[in-house]
Amino acid sequence: MANKFLHAIYDDDDKLLDAVKFLKKEGVYIEDVFTPFPVHGLDKALGLEPTRISIAGFIYGCIGFAFAIFMMNYIMIVDWPQNIGGKPSFSFIENMPAFVPIMFELTVFFSAHLMVITFYLRSRLWPFKEAENPIPETTDDKFLVQIPVSDNEKELKSKVKKTDIFKIDIVENKDE
Amino acid sequence: MFVLTKKIKIFSLALIILGLFGIAFGFYSAPSTIEEAKEIIANSHHGDDHASNHDYPVEAHSSLIESSKEHNSEHSEGHEMSHDEHVFHQLANRPWAAVYVAAFFFFMISLGTLAFYAIQRAAQAGWSPLLFRVMEGITGYLLPGGIIVLVILLLSALHFNHLFIWMDPEVVEHDKIIKAKSGYLNVPFFLARGVFYLAGWSLYRYFSRKFSIAQDNSSDISNHVKNFKLSAGFLAFFIVTESMMSWDWIMSIDPHWFSTLFGWYVFASMVVSAITVIAIMIIFLKSLGYLEKVNHNHLHDLAKFMFGFSVFWAYLWFSQFMLIWYANIPEEVTYFITRLEDYQIPFFGMLVMNFILPFLILINSDFKRLNWIIVTAGIIILIGHYMDVFNMIMPSAVGDQWSFGIPELGSVMFFAGLFIYIVFDSLTKAPLEATGDPLNKESEKFVY
Repeated sequence: MANKFLHAIYDDDDKLLDAVKFLKKEGVYIEDVFTPFPVHGLDKALGLEPTRISIAGFIYGCIGFAFAIFMMNYIMIVDWPQNIGGKPSFSFIENMPAFVPIMFELTVFFSAHLMVITFYLRSRLWPFKEAENPIPETTDDKFLVQIPVSDNEKELKSKVKKTDIFKIDIVENKDE
Repeated sequence: MFVLTKKIKIFSLALIILGLFGIAFGFYSAPSTIEEAKEIIANSHHGDDHASNHDYPVEAHSSLIESSKEHNSEHSEGHEMSHDEHVFHQLANRPWAAVYVAAFFFFMISLGTLAFYAIQRAAQAGWSPLLFRVMEGITGYLLPGGIIVLVILLLSALHFNHLFIWMDPEVVEHDKIIKAKSGYLNVPFFLARGVFYLAGWSLYRYFSRKFSIAQDNSSDISNHVKNFKLSAGFLAFFIVTESMMSWDWIMSIDPHWFSTLFGWYVFASMVVSAITVIAIMIIFLKSLGYLEKVNHNHLHDLAKFMFGFSVFWAYLWFSQFMLIWYANIPEEVTYFITRLEDYQIPFFGMLVMNFILPFLILINSDFKRLNWIIVTAGIIILIGHYMDVFNMIMPSAVGDQWSFGIPELGSVMFFAGLFIYIVFDSLTKAPLEATGDPLNKESEKFVY
């Protein structure tokens, strides 16, 4: 694994997007990009695979929906039928309209929370985790493109300089 | 510039003529006397499924028709007589109601498009200017379609039919509830309101279209700014008048019943049908080689709106249904009892077609970019929302004497033909791209 990196820093998301497109065209391998906010279209410019979180979200929603049906059936019909507003709970289907808000809420609840948890797991994020971004400015107003360097430092530098750059840094990775 | 092809002309004229035959057949086969109505019922007793509902005790039946004058004025003569006359009115109403449902449905598409267009203008949306001319084409049907609806309302007021029972002074005489509402529900005020709504909407349409075309060859953006201000004003006017229009033209068919979110409910139906028609029109025009700058990014956004407003419609429908179902107050719940007992297929069918199918078909992001998926979902949505209007109007107009036959199909064909002809004709009157719009560039570059 390369332990020497070129950090190309930009001060605008449009400049970053143009630069990434340019570098990709030049055949430069970009390992990662750090931005303070999601940049629209960056994933396409980097050629990342489309996200599958929406499929996961749909499945989680189905689980929540099924769970709500099971839960309401158990609570209101099987375990302790109650007469609410003259509508005795002896049959699920006859009382179904009253359960629809619960089904809706649990579908949204499962879908949203499990999606967030999935996202955290997939991105290897957890509480008290130390930040991975190389410079803290990427949480403020700077955009950083991380390019691994082997023996092509000069060539890379000249290519990166053709873009609308703010600053170039060469960093040695100390951990390894 | 779009050129009206011969094929479209012939197709729409054929629809109009076939539809006219269907409508004429409907009026011809409707009974003109009580005896004829009795005969029709007697003949249909065997084969027809829902005619068996006549075995209901008359008492149960009359709870649904409590407002009819027969029930009140001729109480002493017994129910048998009043029941026959009631059925006669329902059968006589059927061709009128069929025409009214179809007339309102196609008018509603164009009104919904006008509202959607005004939202794009007022929000100064960047993605949609390429679609403005298509929307303006669809709103070309607003005035003719609205005049047809108003003419039907005028004919009702002149007692050619019994769609609106509160227009009958004898009914009002014997009905305390309608009497209390007669300050609002009276014929002159009703018609004046209708003219007022339509005039307001058409004026906006006229000026907005004028500014939009003037912007094409203008060097500054003054027309765009005027359109922006006008649209914002129109939206405020629209949301009030649309709500009142839905009370007047649809809810008052059932004058005892009321729902406070009815205006929103009709609006949801309106706007989802409108967006669907815009999407289908764009796919059609693109297949003819027009609108080459419109791409799947724009269609994706329209499909998202189709999906979103389908869910919105379901939300409003359920909000209306659940409160009434739960509270179970007799005067409110009759509305749904009629529909659940006599209209099971359209009632549950529309739920499937307006919510479940669009939800499942359009939920996938990639599917929203495929033309055939959008067209399939669009046809389902349009049929579903026709059924929605059918469900809103028919139960109060014809009761359990409904069916979907030649009069209904003929009416749909007639108005579909008229709609297609007028919309495509108004598309020919201006370039298909609003080139002068300051946001046009943004729309061209738009990427979802």
